[in-house]
Amino acid sequence: MKDIVLPVAYVFAMVIMAFAAAMLTPLALAIWGADPALLSFIASAGATFLVGALLWAATRRYKRDLKTRDGLMLVALTWIALPAAAALPLWSYLPIHFTDAYFEAVSGLTTTGATVLSGLEALPRSINLWRHLLSWIGGMGIIVLAVGILPLLGVGGLQIYRAEMPGPMKDSKLTPRIGQTAKLLWAVYAGLTVACVGSLKLAGMGWFDAVCAGFSALSLGGFSNYDANIGHFDSVQIELVLTAFEILAAMNFATHYLAWSQRGVHAYFRDTEAKAILGVLLASCVGVALFLLSKGSYPDFGTALRYATFNVVSIATTSGLHNQDYSQWPIFAPMWMIFLSCIVASSGSTGGGVKMIRTLVLAKQANRELDQLVHPNLVRPLKVGGAVIANKVVFAVLAFVFLYFMSVVSLVFVQLASGLDFMTSLSAILACINNAGPGLGLVGPGGTYRILSDFQLWICAAAMLLGRLEVFTILVLFKPSLWRK
Amino acid sequence: MKIIILGAGQVGRTAAYHLSREEANDVTVIDVNEDALRDLQDRLDIRTVSGNAASPHVLEAAGIANTDILVALTNSDEVNMIACHIAWTLYRTPKKIARVRSADYTERERLFGENGIAVDVWISPEQLVTEYVARLIRYPGALQVLDFADGRVRLVGIRARLGGPLVGQALRTLREHIPNIDARVAAIYRSGKSVKPEGSTVIEDGDEVFFLAARRDIRAVMREMRREEAPARRVVIAGGGNIGFRLARALEDKNQVKLIERDHKRARRVSEQLKNTTVLHGDSADEDLLLEENIDSADVFAALTNSEEANILSAMLAKRLGAHKVMALINKPAYAELIESGSIDIAIAPQTVTISSLLAHVRHGDVVRVHSLRRGAAEALEVVVHGDADSSKVIGRRIEEIVLPEGTTLGAVVRGEDVIIAHHDITVQPDDHLILFLTDRRHLEAVEKLFQGSASFL
Repeated sequence: MKDIVLPVAYVFAMVIMAFAAAMLTPLALAIWGADPALLSFIASAGATFLVGALLWAATRRYKRDLKTRDGLMLVALTWIALPAAAALPLWSYLPIHFTDAYFEAVSGLTTTGATVLSGLEALPRSINLWRHLLSWIGGMGIIVLAVGILPLLGVGGLQIYRAEMPGPMKDSKLTPRIGQTAKLLWAVYAGLTVACVGSLKLAGMGWFDAVCAGFSALSLGGFSNYDANIGHFDSVQIELVLTAFEILAAMNFATHYLAWSQRGVHAYFRDTEAKAILGVLLASCVGVALFLLSKGSYPDFGTALRYATFNVVSIATTSGLHNQDYSQWPIFAPMWMIFLSCIVASSGSTGGGVKMIRTLVLAKQANRELDQLVHPNLVRPLKVGGAVIANKVVFAVLAFVFLYFMSVVSLVFVQLASGLDFMTSLSAILACINNAGPGLGLVGPGGTYRILSDFQLWICAAAMLLGRLEVFTILVLFKPSLWRK
Repeated sequence: MKIIILGAGQVGRTAAYHLSREEANDVTVIDVNEDALRDLQDRLDIRTVSGNAASPHVLEAAGIANTDILVALTNSDEVNMIACHIAWTLYRTPKKIARVRSADYTERERLFGENGIAVDVWISPEQLVTEYVARLIRYPGALQVLDFADGRVRLVGIRARLGGPLVGQALRTLREHIPNIDARVAAIYRSGKSVKPEGSTVIEDGDEVFFLAARRDIRAVMREMRREEAPARRVVIAGGGNIGFRLARALEDKNQVKLIERDHKRARRVSEQLKNTTVLHGDSADEDLLLEENIDSADVFAALTNSEEANILSAMLAKRLGAHKVMALINKPAYAELIESGSIDIAIAPQTVTISSLLAHVRHGDVVRVHSLRRGAAEALEVVVHGDADSSKVIGRRIEEIVLPEGTTLGAVVRGEDVIIAHHDITVQPDDHLILFLTDRRHLEAVEKLFQGSASFL
């Protein structure tokens, strides 16, 4: 086992050291703003770097090329252990337990956006920046970033990339070299973030809020600097900007890259997922607005459409920003939003859930089975957007959806057993596994996850990790054969 | 450099491996077989595209528009040629290399080029391997014979054996042994490890020695390393495929050639096209057949069928039955290492022969020839130096003044028609061809940089 774990630990040590460098951003802000959290950041960055350096020195002689299973292990290890480092500044500065801090860090890195903190506007800016930065780093992926930066992940890079990248078809690369592909994806991501921050500033936000909200929107995170979330601003322009960038972030970043490199919007028309997302979102926004109007939640269609659009798009794309306590709406609307969060986000996006491509594959597979009943001798390949999907992929999708569904069911039962009510349990687990953020009931947009017990928080954190790494990468850790030589 | 390789067959896979391990190359492989591509993608940092290699649609998906080199290596000559032509006509791809096996095409020079099919370089792996084997047979005792400067200089790999006058002596005594002949030992491998060749280095029995010499001097130098062997007269070839057939045709005028082919129809076809070769129908691993055909008096037995396992077995059998020297065609590097110490004298690795001819085209600087050696670990290069004393780091300098990266030897200088073996006091002039040997190809980048000249010249 030593020979299996230590070479992975060697690469992991480098990831830790690079992560310590990320803490320098809020640290710089703390110095600049003479912030009370400065000492916490200095201590946390120092401790994280030290742990990384020691681990690196201890495992240096085990350096070798990574194989497929090493990649799985590295990704899982990174996502489970790195939040502990990310939690350090929060834990050491704020008066909270480690469980709370770890939950907050996992929620940030997995871009869930569920929070245990309240009184957000009173927090030091450096702490708020750190929370949003975690979302932003986790959005495109820690490991994808590492693959881009660390040259040693050349050949093994693809295996690792696959373990972290969402979606069923992971073999398509933008460029021949995996390192370049990772760099390009990050460049597109950073470019869109800059565009979003600029637009938010123009829409009337201050620079600091614009940066934080930009990080939240592009990573589909959901953190905010205010307890009332985006409702704090009460500005239609800001909501429109955020809605637009959330939809962009829920699309495949490879499509953005293609569109940018071809200087045209052709790529979007050829992306079946993008078209499906736009269709579903458009219908849902109008539908929910009409529903709210008919139930008398809002006096006129304009207001109903404004609140329906922002909250439906936010939850469906798994961002979790909100400008109303939508849990007060008649139950159909919030339930429909949570259902959308399971399916809407595209593969290769920063969103969570089952992903639109898997939904399409499942729907077509179901249709194929029905046709097979009518025509027993039917030969029909499964096509999405004109491209044939191999049966191997279809089976993988079926297995994924089964594991996803079973994860939800079993985690909901665990929460129920721990004494939580049904609505809170179900919505919290769905919101966490889809990386959406706020749920309904006790953990609705009006409250925080602080109300849950430590045990229930750990379960939610596990759900977030399962969702972010698309179940397989976490569950494979429980296979004994992974650990054997 | 952006490179597209068509075909993920044996040659295509090796090419992808060799080209992609150079940091500067972005490699995309196209093939119809998705399983082969997935397998390749798992091992190499490359992109793969599945589809018909000659289809513009597929080429576009692979990014042909800004590709520097197209290497067409599918097993169909026609697909390769048409793909190159499409690449040039539609996308103006600067360099197109195609594998063209059929002599029917390659014999007609006007077919390729400006007004013909847009193939800049064609390579025929079978032809290259045949020439390689033919050279080995011409120089009995040599493990490898590689051409530079159109064959004026040759790099010869040989195993030193007791009985050669130089064995047990320091290298510097070579001049005393053969005063009129100039040669340069470029590398020595002792039990698999490289030993730096210096004046005081003593050659031991069993060393693998690589030396550079003008073509006419090769035999004299070889005599120093091991007792001279009589030239091969009787050659037995196992396998009447492309390589076996071509080799028989190349040798049949000067040697007594027997060719064994398993397939009756193929044997007939081959026999119709050969003049002086005895074509036999049968299994090359059939002991009775070999004995009947006097295998014990054969000077060379070359197993050249498509199946490497069969080649190894029949070569071992031939050796045991008394063939003087046996060679086997082996694709898998792991097998080549396995049998190196065994009873088979020479393992011929067809891909390294082919890949060498490809590598010259992807190197920076004016590299005219590359030979990949020791299964890709080492490399020999022929570089042309351009510019003047200001723009180049080597021109106008004496060889002793040039700082070469570790493990690199400058073996010879070809100036016009002259071959000058590199001694420390020779001054490099513009347009010289330098022949270098790298025992560790990881220093390749440093070597390329040294010979690329400064930016102002470019």
